[in-house]
Amino acid sequence: MWGILGRRAVVVDGGFSASCLRSRMRSGLVSARSYAAGSKEMTVRDALNSAIDEEMSADPKVFVMGEEVGQYQGAYKITKGLLEKYGPERVYDTPITEAGFTGIGVGAAYAGLKPVVEFMTFNFSMQAIDHIINSAAKSNYMSAGQINVPIVFRGPNGAAAGVGAQHSQCYAAWYASVPGLKVLAPYSAEDARGLLKAAIRDPDPVVFLENELLYGESFPISEEALDSSFCLPIGKAKIEREGKDVTITTFSKMVGFALKAAEKLAEEGISAEVINLRSIRPLDRATINASVRKTSRLVTVEEGFPQHGVCAEICASVVEESFSYLDAPVERIAGADVPMPYAANLERLALPQVEDIVRAAKRACFRSK
Amino acid sequence: MKFIPELSSRRVPCYRVLDENGRIIPDSDFIPVSEKLAVRMYEHMATLQVMDHIFYEAQRQGRISFYITTVGEEAVNIASAAALAPDDVVLPQYREPGVLLWRGFTLQEFANQCFGNKADHGKGRQMPVHYGSNRHSYFTVSSPIATQLPQAAGVGYSLKMEKKNACAVTFIGDGGTSEGDFHAGLNFAAVMEAPVVFICRNNGWAISTHISEQFRSDGIVVKGQAYGIRSIRVDGNDALAIYSAVRSAREMAVKEQRPVLIEAMTYRVGHHSTSDDSTKYRAADEIQYWKMSRNPVNRFRKWVEDNGWWSEEDESKLRSDARKQLLQAIQAAEKWEKPPLTELFSDVYDVKTKNLEEQELGLKELVEKQPQDYPPGFHI
Repeated sequence: MWGILGRRAVVVDGGFSASCLRSRMRSGLVSARSYAAGSKEMTVRDALNSAIDEEMSADPKVFVMGEEVGQYQGAYKITKGLLEKYGPERVYDTPITEAGFTGIGVGAAYAGLKPVVEFMTFNFSMQAIDHIINSAAKSNYMSAGQINVPIVFRGPNGAAAGVGAQHSQCYAAWYASVPGLKVLAPYSAEDARGLLKAAIRDPDPVVFLENELLYGESFPISEEALDSSFCLPIGKAKIEREGKDVTITTFSKMVGFALKAAEKLAEEGISAEVINLRSIRPLDRATINASVRKTSRLVTVEEGFPQHGVCAEICASVVEESFSYLDAPVERIAGADVPMPYAANLERLALPQVEDIVRAAKRACFRSK
Repeated sequence: MKFIPELSSRRVPCYRVLDENGRIIPDSDFIPVSEKLAVRMYEHMATLQVMDHIFYEAQRQGRISFYITTVGEEAVNIASAAALAPDDVVLPQYREPGVLLWRGFTLQEFANQCFGNKADHGKGRQMPVHYGSNRHSYFTVSSPIATQLPQAAGVGYSLKMEKKNACAVTFIGDGGTSEGDFHAGLNFAAVMEAPVVFICRNNGWAISTHISEQFRSDGIVVKGQAYGIRSIRVDGNDALAIYSAVRSAREMAVKEQRPVLIEAMTYRVGHHSTSDDSTKYRAADEIQYWKMSRNPVNRFRKWVEDNGWWSEEDESKLRSDARKQLLQAIQAAEKWEKPPLTELFSDVYDVKTKNLEEQELGLKELVEKQPQDYPPGFHI
């Protein structure tokens, strides 16, 4: 986590997407500058709230829609204060119909507005998945570029704590398998701000996967990240911790676990490189492969179900592109292949833990039992 | 050329039998209820109140992680259950544990589910209040709103095909009627001529969304006709009215093989759940008013007492017995072990697949080899 990296400079990534480049030009910034880690801290919740607020302020076409987003200030308080500031037409409390409000959002996007649609959890997005996939994802292609859908679908994704099967599934692999969608998964407060701003500005439909347990977590944040023109490139992963013995790739809450695992591995003389994917689609295969070619070993981690997961895609990519560099089979750490049980002991067993990541890294280094 | 107006000049009237003082309104038609049935109904309404109070407190004390109360809707719960036959298949939303209570689910079984222990019929798979029991013809509570409505149409259709003397009964709140599945469920039940009773608990609130922001129609009852479904609006806080309406609806559904819609007007006195504080979005005196002056349990109690079927002594005894049973049930449920590791992999399919068997074996070996990573007294 950031506490561990306190001594390291915060490296700002070079701009990739057009909108980001424009914003950088506007604020007169050049890519790849180093900043000392800021003494300011921000929770992921505040990072998301400020990102939405600034984008709404900058562009009158941006509006927020979802259940409980207005008067209730958001089921997880991400949209706190927005109703008061922008009024009920731009912060719209919807009736309970994911299919309904997603359909409405897509229609508004067709007509040129920029909806930010909140799902109380991505588990409920399944009730609207036809609108997300058959309409939002595919329209630009089917219309040969005449109809674009600048919509953001955001909300908590993956496991929380003690919420059972229908509130715990990770949808990264599902949405990231669909051409036409972009899929982002922030970890830190800087990720949250930069990626959400990029998503809102992006002309394509973006699925923005947050994590409920990260909302309250505080991270140091730089002055640059606090600027209203700040945004991060879509499609670029971040190397959270450099290493030379084994590459660990992951996203969202598991980044924190991977960093803890890297600390434990360092005590035993294993230097792990931790990659925060940030973007699931498009997946930054270049960064992942460059890292594996340096370390020769890969441990890929996710919270979601193992079959057809994000890890499976990363394995395939590395085997295709960096096969001769691998010194050990790829290790995959994912959630258990069962619907999430509720009882605390069973839930803990069904999710990856720091120890699992440590053991996998050691296996990849031929150092374990 | 004449347009049907968006709202009728008169709201659909509300069927009721008992006035607010628990007296039968003159000339009301209703199905008579015997002393035995009335007392049993009252006992269950009061027990439901005690159960809600104690489980809610248990959540506040951190002993269970979550709870949803039924406060204010005891009449809808118990009187509807009393009006059904035991074989009628119930597909609940999540605010109808009273139906399960009526059908014989014990307080210990409720507690086991809330604690997710090894005795839980749900094997610790679900969050608290997500009860289910095939034995009681009560489908397991599912979180996504309104998915149970088209599912109920399917259940009704299968009962129809098997020519069973039973119907499907499904519950939904006012908020849930906005879901697309409400439309799909009602429309298909009508087209399929399925024996389904749709009971909408219009309690005024969907978390913080008031009904005025949920729909623009005169409530839910008017939507029935839009689907070709016979409908009635009932005072949901009047146990006798609910009993008569549900009983009649059930007979129509089974005899005529058709769906029926009941809109029960009530009020959600409690918060949406233990994750909600409703004083943040509604007036405290509004809540107090419904809790004290429009309380369905007190109203029915007055009628039962006026008939000489219930006394103050009966009341104290019932409440203290229920309280004692619940506290014991919680203490026991809390102590019992959680489900063993073998329950992590079962029921994903009817028969465990090979990969799950391998995973289970691998996990068992891991737990034995690395006990320091697992809590002490861990159950394989």
